[in-house]
Amino acid sequence: MKRFADLHLRVPLEDQTKAESMIRKASELGYSLVGIPYSPQTSRKQISQLKQICNDAKVDFAARLNLSPRNPNELLQSLRRYRRKFEIVAVRCHTKDVARQAAKDRRVDLLQFSVTNLRKRFFDEAEAELASQAFSSLEIELAPILQLTSSSRIRLLSRLRREVETAERFRVPITVSSGATDEQLMRGPRDYAALTTLFDLPMSSALRGLSENPWVTVERNREKLSPNYVAPGIRVVGRRTND
Amino acid sequence: MIKREKRRYLALEVASEQPVDERSVLDAVQASVIRLFGEYGASKTNLKLITYIPEKHQVVICCSHAMLEKVRAAIASIMEVNGKPAAMHVVGVSGTLKALSKKT
Repeated sequence: MKRFADLHLRVPLEDQTKAESMIRKASELGYSLVGIPYSPQTSRKQISQLKQICNDAKVDFAARLNLSPRNPNELLQSLRRYRRKFEIVAVRCHTKDVARQAAKDRRVDLLQFSVTNLRKRFFDEAEAELASQAFSSLEIELAPILQLTSSSRIRLLSRLRREVETAERFRVPITVSSGATDEQLMRGPRDYAALTTLFDLPMSSALRGLSENPWVTVERNREKLSPNYVAPGIRVVGRRTND
Repeated sequence: MIKREKRRYLALEVASEQPVDERSVLDAVQASVIRLFGEYGASKTNLKLITYIPEKHQVVICCSHAMLEKVRAAIASIMEVNGKPAAMHVVGVSGTLKALSKKT
Protein backbone atom coordinates (compact mmCIF):
# COMPACT_ATOMS: atom_id res chain seq x y z
CA MET A 1 0.00 0.00 0.00
CA LYS A 2 1.27 3.46 -0.94
CA ARG A 3 2.24 5.93 1.78
CA PHE A 4 1.16 9.36 0.61
CA ALA A 5 2.79 12.63 1.55
CA ASP A 6 1.84 16.27 1.23
CA LEU A 7 5.06 18.24 1.52
CA HIS A 8 3.43 21.67 1.54
CA LEU A 9 0.57 22.04 3.97
CA ARG A 10 0.52 25.74 4.85
CA VAL A 11 -1.13 25.61 8.27
CA PRO A 12 -1.51 28.93 10.13
CA LEU A 13 0.92 28.68 13.06
CA GLU A 14 -0.87 31.43 15.01
CA ASP A 15 -4.26 29.69 14.84
CA GLN A 16 -3.84 26.37 16.60
CA THR A 17 -7.46 25.23 16.14
CA LYS A 18 -7.28 25.69 12.37
CA ALA A 19 -3.86 24.04 12.25
CA GLU A 20 -5.22 21.06 14.17
CA SER A 21 -8.27 20.68 11.92
CA MET A 22 -6.10 20.85 8.78
CA ILE A 23 -3.67 18.23 10.06
CA ARG A 24 -6.56 15.95 11.09
CA LYS A 25 -8.12 16.42 7.66
CA ALA A 26 -4.81 15.43 6.02
CA SER A 27 -4.79 12.27 8.11
CA GLU A 28 -8.43 11.49 7.19
CA LEU A 29 -7.67 12.00 3.50
CA GLY A 30 -4.97 9.33 3.67
CA TYR A 31 -1.68 11.21 4.04
CA SER A 32 0.93 9.69 6.32
CA LEU A 33 3.43 12.56 6.08
CA VAL A 34 2.91 16.32 6.02
CA GLY A 35 5.56 18.95 5.40
CA ILE A 36 4.71 22.11 7.31
CA PRO A 37 6.62 25.29 6.47
CA TYR A 38 7.71 27.69 9.17
CA SER A 39 10.30 30.42 9.44
CA PRO A 40 13.56 29.93 11.38
CA GLN A 41 12.28 32.57 13.84
CA THR A 42 9.27 30.43 14.87
CA SER A 43 9.28 29.68 18.58
CA ARG A 44 10.17 26.20 19.81
CA LYS A 45 6.85 26.07 21.68
CA GLN A 46 4.85 26.47 18.46
CA ILE A 47 6.93 23.81 16.72
CA SER A 48 6.50 21.33 19.57
CA GLN A 49 2.74 22.02 19.55
CA LEU A 50 2.66 21.24 15.82
CA LYS A 51 4.61 18.03 16.36
CA GLN A 52 2.18 17.04 19.13
CA ILE A 53 -0.85 17.66 16.90
CA CYS A 54 0.73 15.54 14.13
CA ASN A 55 1.54 12.84 16.64
CA ASP A 56 -2.08 12.78 17.88
CA ALA A 57 -3.39 12.64 14.31
CA LYS A 58 -0.93 9.81 13.51
CA VAL A 59 0.77 11.81 10.74
CA ASP A 60 4.50 12.11 10.33
CA PHE A 61 5.74 15.71 10.62
CA ALA A 62 8.47 17.12 8.39
CA ALA A 63 9.96 20.55 9.05
CA ARG A 64 10.05 22.62 5.89
CA LEU A 65 11.77 25.89 5.07
CA ASN A 66 10.62 28.04 2.15
CA LEU A 67 13.35 30.31 0.85
CA SER A 68 12.71 33.25 -1.49
CA PRO A 69 16.20 34.65 -2.10
CA ARG A 70 16.73 37.76 -4.20
CA ASN A 71 20.10 36.63 -5.58
CA PRO A 72 22.33 33.50 -5.60
CA ASN A 73 24.50 34.84 -2.75
CA GLU A 74 21.49 35.24 -0.49
CA LEU A 75 20.47 31.68 -1.33
CA LEU A 76 23.92 30.31 -0.45
CA GLN A 77 23.96 32.24 2.84
CA SER A 78 20.52 30.93 3.83
CA LEU A 79 21.44 27.36 2.91
CA ARG A 80 24.63 27.57 4.97
CA ARG A 81 22.71 28.91 7.95
CA TYR A 82 19.51 26.83 7.93
CA ARG A 83 20.04 23.60 5.96
CA ARG A 84 20.85 21.52 9.04
CA LYS A 85 17.76 22.73 10.90
CA PHE A 86 15.10 21.63 8.41
CA GLU A 87 14.17 18.34 6.78
CA ILE A 88 12.94 19.95 3.56
CA VAL A 89 14.30 23.07 1.89
CA ALA A 90 12.26 24.57 -0.95
CA VAL A 91 13.42 27.52 -3.01
CA ARG A 92 11.00 29.83 -4.76
CA CYS A 93 12.96 31.06 -7.78
CA HIS A 94 12.16 34.67 -8.65
CA THR A 95 15.14 35.20 -10.95
CA LYS A 96 16.93 33.00 -13.45
CA ASP A 97 20.24 33.25 -11.52
CA VAL A 98 18.58 31.98 -8.37
CA ALA A 99 16.85 29.21 -10.32
CA ARG A 100 20.14 28.00 -11.81
CA GLN A 101 21.96 28.15 -8.47
CA ALA A 102 19.12 26.32 -6.69
CA ALA A 103 18.98 23.63 -9.38
CA LYS A 104 22.66 22.79 -9.11
CA ASP A 105 22.90 22.92 -5.31
CA ARG A 106 22.45 19.51 -3.68
CA ARG A 107 21.19 21.14 -0.49
CA VAL A 108 18.02 22.28 -2.24
CA ASP A 109 15.24 19.69 -2.26
CA LEU A 110 12.42 21.39 -4.11
CA LEU A 111 12.28 23.98 -6.86
CA GLN A 112 9.23 26.22 -6.89
CA PHE A 113 8.18 28.79 -9.47
CA SER A 114 5.60 31.55 -9.60
CA VAL A 115 2.06 30.49 -10.52
CA THR A 116 0.77 33.95 -11.32
CA ASN A 117 3.69 35.41 -13.27
CA LEU A 118 4.50 32.78 -15.88
CA ARG A 119 7.48 34.80 -17.16
CA LYS A 120 9.13 33.89 -13.87
CA ARG A 121 8.87 30.14 -14.45
CA PHE A 122 12.42 29.29 -15.36
CA PHE A 123 12.09 25.52 -15.61
CA ASP A 124 13.55 24.97 -19.06
CA GLU A 125 15.90 22.29 -20.43
CA ALA A 126 19.05 23.83 -18.90
CA GLU A 127 17.36 24.03 -15.50
CA ALA A 128 16.12 20.44 -15.82
CA GLU A 129 19.61 19.17 -16.67
CA LEU A 130 21.10 20.85 -13.59
CA ALA A 131 18.26 19.64 -11.37
CA SER A 132 18.61 16.04 -12.56
CA GLN A 133 22.30 16.03 -11.60
CA ALA A 134 21.68 17.54 -8.15
CA PHE A 135 18.64 15.34 -7.28
CA SER A 136 16.39 18.35 -6.68
CA SER A 137 12.72 17.93 -7.52
CA LEU A 138 10.30 20.13 -9.36
CA GLU A 139 7.45 20.93 -6.99
CA ILE A 140 3.99 21.34 -8.44
CA GLU A 141 1.38 22.84 -6.13
CA LEU A 142 -2.23 22.09 -6.91
CA ALA A 143 -4.06 24.67 -4.78
CA PRO A 144 -3.45 27.42 -7.39
CA ILE A 145 -5.07 25.22 -10.05
CA LEU A 146 -8.18 25.08 -7.86
CA GLN A 147 -8.12 28.81 -7.10
CA LEU A 148 -7.33 30.26 -10.52
CA THR A 149 -10.11 30.68 -13.05
CA SER A 150 -10.56 30.84 -16.82
CA SER A 151 -7.60 32.24 -18.79
CA SER A 152 -5.07 32.30 -15.94
CA ARG A 153 -5.78 28.62 -15.21
CA ILE A 154 -5.57 27.76 -18.91
CA ARG A 155 -2.18 29.48 -19.19
CA LEU A 156 -0.87 27.77 -16.05
CA LEU A 157 -2.00 24.32 -17.24
CA SER A 158 -0.36 24.89 -20.61
CA ARG A 159 2.90 25.93 -18.95
CA LEU A 160 2.81 22.99 -16.53
CA ARG A 161 2.27 20.58 -19.43
CA ARG A 162 5.49 21.82 -21.05
CA GLU A 163 7.44 21.68 -17.77
CA VAL A 164 6.23 18.18 -16.92
CA GLU A 165 7.29 16.97 -20.36
CA THR A 166 10.76 18.51 -19.85
CA ALA A 167 11.06 17.05 -16.35
CA GLU A 168 10.12 13.57 -17.54
CA ARG A 169 12.61 13.82 -20.43
CA PHE A 170 15.49 14.79 -18.13
CA ARG A 171 14.34 12.44 -15.33
CA VAL A 172 13.84 15.21 -12.82
CA PRO A 173 11.68 13.90 -9.99
CA ILE A 174 8.33 15.66 -9.69
CA THR A 175 6.82 16.25 -6.26
CA VAL A 176 3.12 17.03 -6.16
CA SER A 177 1.92 18.93 -3.11
CA SER A 178 -1.21 20.79 -2.12
CA GLY A 179 0.02 24.21 -1.00
CA ALA A 180 -3.33 24.37 0.79
CA THR A 181 -3.97 27.21 3.22
CA ASP A 182 -7.35 25.94 4.39
CA GLU A 183 -9.44 22.77 4.45
CA GLN A 184 -11.44 23.75 1.37
CA LEU A 185 -8.32 23.44 -0.78
CA MET A 186 -7.38 20.01 0.56
CA ARG A 187 -8.08 16.92 -1.51
CA GLY A 188 -7.20 13.23 -1.22
CA PRO A 189 -4.03 11.95 -2.93
CA ARG A 190 -5.93 10.10 -5.66
CA ASP A 191 -8.04 13.19 -6.38
CA TYR A 192 -4.86 15.25 -6.71
CA ALA A 193 -3.41 12.56 -8.99
CA ALA A 194 -6.55 12.82 -11.17
CA LEU A 195 -6.11 16.61 -11.22
CA THR A 196 -2.57 16.28 -12.56
CA THR A 197 -3.93 14.55 -15.67
CA LEU A 198 -5.09 18.06 -16.68
CA PHE A 199 -1.49 18.82 -17.59
CA ASP A 200 -0.79 15.34 -18.99
CA LEU A 201 1.23 13.97 -16.11
CA PRO A 202 0.82 10.19 -16.38
CA MET A 203 -1.13 8.65 -13.49
CA SER A 204 1.84 6.51 -12.39
CA SER A 205 4.14 9.57 -12.27
CA ALA A 206 1.48 11.55 -10.39
CA LEU A 207 1.15 8.83 -7.74
CA ARG A 208 4.95 8.64 -7.50
CA GLY A 209 5.02 12.43 -7.02
CA LEU A 210 2.63 12.06 -4.10
CA SER A 211 4.25 9.04 -2.47
CA GLU A 212 7.73 7.72 -3.37
CA ASN A 213 9.40 11.01 -4.41
CA PRO A 214 8.51 13.03 -1.28
CA TRP A 215 9.30 10.08 0.99
CA VAL A 216 12.70 9.55 -0.66
CA THR A 217 13.52 13.25 -0.15
CA VAL A 218 12.51 13.26 3.50
CA GLU A 219 14.19 9.95 4.37
CA ARG A 220 17.43 10.97 2.61
CA ASN A 221 17.50 14.25 4.56
CA ARG A 222 16.64 12.59 7.85
CA GLU A 223 19.57 10.26 7.36
CA LYS A 224 21.85 13.20 6.55
CA LEU A 225 20.66 15.12 9.61
CA SER A 226 21.18 12.17 11.94
CA PRO A 227 24.32 12.38 14.14
CA ASN A 228 25.52 9.02 12.74
CA TYR A 229 25.75 10.25 9.14
CA VAL A 230 29.29 10.62 7.75
CA ALA A 231 28.95 10.65 3.96
CA PRO A 232 26.64 9.05 1.36
CA GLY A 233 26.72 5.31 2.12
CA ILE A 234 28.82 5.73 5.27
CA ARG A 235 27.37 6.01 8.75
CA VAL A 236 28.48 5.30 12.29
CA VAL A 237 27.05 1.98 13.48
CA GLY A 238 28.58 2.04 16.97
CA ARG A 239 30.84 4.15 19.17
CA ARG A 240 33.48 2.94 21.55
CA THR A 241 33.60 4.82 24.80
CA ASN A 242 36.95 5.23 26.56
CA ASP A 243 36.41 5.01 30.32
CA MET B 1 -23.53 -7.50 -30.88
CA ILE B 2 -23.00 -4.10 -29.26
CA LYS B 3 -20.70 -4.30 -26.27
CA ARG B 4 -22.19 -2.87 -23.06
CA GLU B 5 -20.37 0.22 -21.82
CA LYS B 6 -18.48 -0.28 -18.55
CA ARG B 7 -19.46 2.01 -15.68
CA ARG B 8 -17.88 3.18 -12.49
CA TYR B 9 -19.82 4.13 -9.37
CA LEU B 10 -18.37 6.92 -7.23
CA ALA B 11 -19.34 7.78 -3.68
CA LEU B 12 -18.84 11.50 -3.05
CA GLU B 13 -18.66 13.27 0.26
CA VAL B 14 -19.53 16.95 0.22
CA ALA B 15 -17.75 19.18 2.72
CA SER B 16 -19.86 22.30 3.00
CA GLU B 17 -21.14 24.48 5.81
CA GLN B 18 -24.52 24.79 4.05
CA PRO B 19 -26.78 21.77 3.50
CA VAL B 20 -26.74 20.64 -0.13
CA ASP B 21 -29.15 18.44 -2.05
CA GLU B 22 -28.22 15.69 -4.50
CA ARG B 23 -29.41 17.61 -7.56
CA SER B 24 -27.10 20.56 -6.86
CA VAL B 25 -24.18 18.14 -6.34
CA LEU B 26 -24.74 16.56 -9.75
CA ASP B 27 -25.16 20.02 -11.33
CA ALA B 28 -21.85 21.13 -9.79
CA VAL B 29 -20.07 18.03 -11.11
CA GLN B 30 -21.57 18.49 -14.57
CA ALA B 31 -20.67 22.20 -14.66
CA SER B 32 -17.11 21.36 -13.63
CA VAL B 33 -16.81 18.68 -16.34
CA ILE B 34 -18.07 21.15 -18.97
CA ARG B 35 -15.68 23.86 -17.71
CA LEU B 36 -12.66 21.55 -17.95
CA PHE B 37 -13.46 19.31 -20.92
CA GLY B 38 -16.21 21.10 -22.82
CA GLU B 39 -19.58 19.79 -23.98
CA TYR B 40 -17.96 17.08 -26.13
CA GLY B 41 -16.06 15.72 -23.12
CA ALA B 42 -19.15 15.99 -20.92
CA SER B 43 -21.18 13.98 -23.43
CA LYS B 44 -18.70 11.11 -23.10
CA THR B 45 -18.88 10.95 -19.29
CA ASN B 46 -22.50 9.67 -19.09
CA LEU B 47 -22.91 11.12 -15.63
CA LYS B 48 -25.92 9.92 -13.67
CA LEU B 49 -27.14 10.43 -10.15
CA ILE B 50 -27.73 7.08 -8.46
CA THR B 51 -28.59 7.77 -4.85
CA TYR B 52 -28.19 10.11 -1.92
CA ILE B 53 -27.29 8.76 1.51
CA PRO B 54 -28.25 11.57 3.92
CA GLU B 55 -26.94 9.85 7.08
CA LYS B 56 -23.43 9.65 5.58
CA HIS B 57 -23.69 12.98 3.65
CA GLN B 58 -22.75 11.01 0.56
CA VAL B 59 -23.96 11.12 -3.02
CA VAL B 60 -23.45 8.17 -5.36
CA ILE B 61 -23.02 8.95 -9.05
CA CYS B 62 -22.02 6.80 -11.98
CA CYS B 63 -19.91 7.60 -15.02
CA SER B 64 -18.28 5.94 -17.98
CA HIS B 65 -15.31 3.73 -17.04
CA ALA B 66 -13.15 5.37 -19.74
CA MET B 67 -13.79 8.87 -18.37
CA LEU B 68 -13.24 8.06 -14.67
CA GLU B 69 -10.00 10.05 -14.24
CA LYS B 70 -11.46 13.06 -16.04
CA VAL B 71 -14.57 12.96 -13.85
CA ARG B 72 -12.37 12.66 -10.74
CA ALA B 73 -10.34 15.69 -11.88
CA ALA B 74 -13.56 17.64 -12.40
CA ILE B 75 -14.83 16.63 -8.94
CA ALA B 76 -11.53 17.65 -7.32
CA SER B 77 -11.66 21.07 -8.96
CA ILE B 78 -15.09 21.94 -7.54
CA MET B 79 -14.85 24.88 -5.14
CA GLU B 80 -18.52 25.71 -4.69
CA VAL B 81 -21.92 24.03 -4.78
CA ASN B 82 -25.03 26.16 -5.33
CA GLY B 83 -22.92 29.30 -5.03
CA LYS B 84 -21.67 28.35 -1.55
CA PRO B 85 -18.05 27.36 -0.80
CA ALA B 86 -17.70 23.57 -0.76
CA ALA B 87 -15.25 20.78 -1.47
CA MET B 88 -15.97 17.29 -2.74
CA HIS B 89 -14.01 14.18 -1.91
CA VAL B 90 -14.28 10.82 -3.65
CA VAL B 91 -14.58 8.31 -0.82
CA GLY B 92 -14.91 5.20 -2.96
CA VAL B 93 -14.95 3.96 -6.54
CA SER B 94 -16.26 0.63 -7.71
CA GLY B 95 -17.66 -1.23 -10.68
CA THR B 96 -20.75 -2.36 -8.79
CA LEU B 97 -23.00 -0.70 -6.24
CA LYS B 98 -22.72 -3.71 -3.95
CA ALA B 99 -18.92 -3.44 -3.77
CA LEU B 100 -19.15 0.34 -3.35
CA SER B 101 -21.44 0.02 -0.34
CA LYS B 102 -18.87 -2.32 1.27
CA LYS B 103 -16.07 0.19 0.64
CA THR B 104 -17.79 3.27 2.07
